[in-house]
Amino acid sequence: MPALLEVANLSKSYELSRSWFNKRSFCALEPLSFSVQAYKTLAIVGEAGSGKSTLAKVLVGAERPSTGKIKLNGQTLVDGDFKQRCQHIRMIFQDSGTTLNPSLTIRQLLDEPLKLNTDLDEAQRSQLIRETLFKVGLLADHMNFYPHMFSGGQKQRISLARAIILNPQVIILDEALASLDPSLRSQMINLLLDLQQQMGLAFILISHNLGIVRHFSDSMMVLHKGNVVESGPTADILRAPKDKYTRKLIMGQNYHLLHT
Amino acid sequence: MARDKIYQEEEFPSPLLQLWHNFRQSPVVLVGFSCFAFLIILAIFAPLITPYSSIENHLDKLLLPPAWDKDGDISFLLGTDDLGRDLFSRLMHGTSLTFGLSFVVVIVSLVIGVFIGSLSALSSGIRSSFLNHFLDVILSIPSLLLAIVIVAILGPGLDNTLWAIVMVLIPQFVHVTRNAVKEEFTKDYVLASRLDGASSLRILRYSVFPNIIEKIISYATLAQSAAILDIAALGFLGLGAPIPLPEWGAMLSSGIDLFYIAPWTVYLPGLAILFSVIATNLVGEGMRHALKIGKES
Repeated sequence: MPALLEVANLSKSYELSRSWFNKRSFCALEPLSFSVQAYKTLAIVGEAGSGKSTLAKVLVGAERPSTGKIKLNGQTLVDGDFKQRCQHIRMIFQDSGTTLNPSLTIRQLLDEPLKLNTDLDEAQRSQLIRETLFKVGLLADHMNFYPHMFSGGQKQRISLARAIILNPQVIILDEALASLDPSLRSQMINLLLDLQQQMGLAFILISHNLGIVRHFSDSMMVLHKGNVVESGPTADILRAPKDKYTRKLIMGQNYHLLHT
Repeated sequence: MARDKIYQEEEFPSPLLQLWHNFRQSPVVLVGFSCFAFLIILAIFAPLITPYSSIENHLDKLLLPPAWDKDGDISFLLGTDDLGRDLFSRLMHGTSLTFGLSFVVVIVSLVIGVFIGSLSALSSGIRSSFLNHFLDVILSIPSLLLAIVIVAILGPGLDNTLWAIVMVLIPQFVHVTRNAVKEEFTKDYVLASRLDGASSLRILRYSVFPNIIEKIISYATLAQSAAILDIAALGFLGLGAPIPLPEWGAMLSSGIDLFYIAPWTVYLPGLAILFSVIATNLVGEGMRHALKIGKES
């Protein structure tokens, strides 16, 4: 089975000082390569500052990579071309409270990507919005609501609706489940898994919570200071971590699990 | 009277509508707002509803006191000045000059300032700095002084003072807009919109402006009370509105010699200025308060 998303030699570094002499740069992400297949989930794990959010931003196109290529279905994605990319790769942010424009209704919010990227007419768009809201477990009535009238979990569902409305192939979840309480989180995970089966999505799950990672992902990648320290099938890594850092991470989380 | 609801309808208050709900919670603010609306209506319709024209002389009724005085005449409700002109009519005409023109001045400088400010926020580097700061030198001079300088060059007149006030207000609007837009552009929903493929102009129109409009309006009310005072002050100094125009500041200065024999020619225009400034400030204050409540909830 060919890979849906292929990343080769991707790296990102930021320039620190702007002076002409003494150029220094900070490498947020060392060159890394991986591939994801449809119906599969890749988890990216690491502590704060390990470069996982940078990776998400580069993948979705919010930041330009310093080196490397991203291929989708064998086709290279051009940097800065949001129109090409956003139809295939979508992202759900950590905090949906800030990613939904407070002065637009849900209909307007979901309408925007459709208006910009499809040729559907008013009635078709409206129908699609209805269907998408239904898919994520909201009602058509919610179209006229404003974001401030929803709870955190519902906002997350709206973000999800916004992500899947263009029928993408890859969805990046940047700590998208971290801000939810456990019951909502499990609801959301089940919803995501259902959608994955229905639509053939590939997920890239960025998380620090190994419980979710174990439940959700097929393979995982451990990042530490921009380097990949370990990657492989999730079950294998969690059972027998080879790297010292991975072991530390797992032990730390187990400790947490015992005490909460 | 409470509105009866026969059908059960759900309301979906938009953020702006909600701001209005918060805004009208305070009765004082609502009174201020009504006065503000009243002044705007008066400024528009004054020429149609005044009993006399602003320069019509009634030579047999010089320095008539207001109607509540025992020497007053009910057909000259607020009395007359030393040339027999009806003060009530003059004050009403003056509304369109002092209050109405200050409103226009604020609108003009708001449009120009917001335009330059958003251009500056959208561009980067030297261009952005230039757009942001090229009018800053004006900020170093107090508005009244700048108006006097412009009037000294171009000659006295109402339109010259108006240009001067527009010039003073523009850089302030540029800064307010630029900062607000910049702040808005760092927010996640702008990034989300950008990832949808939206252009910067579209983001500005749909994501940024609806969220900063309240900030700009609340700043505009501050600017307006300053503009009213500037127009009146320049009129008082004889640099603004020319002699026969019933501008409140000019009326004040022409009445000042008569203060002991006809105090109403001074205190009535003064009260009008006070009234309009207080109404404007109340609206602005209510707006900022409503914004604050909206943020907290």
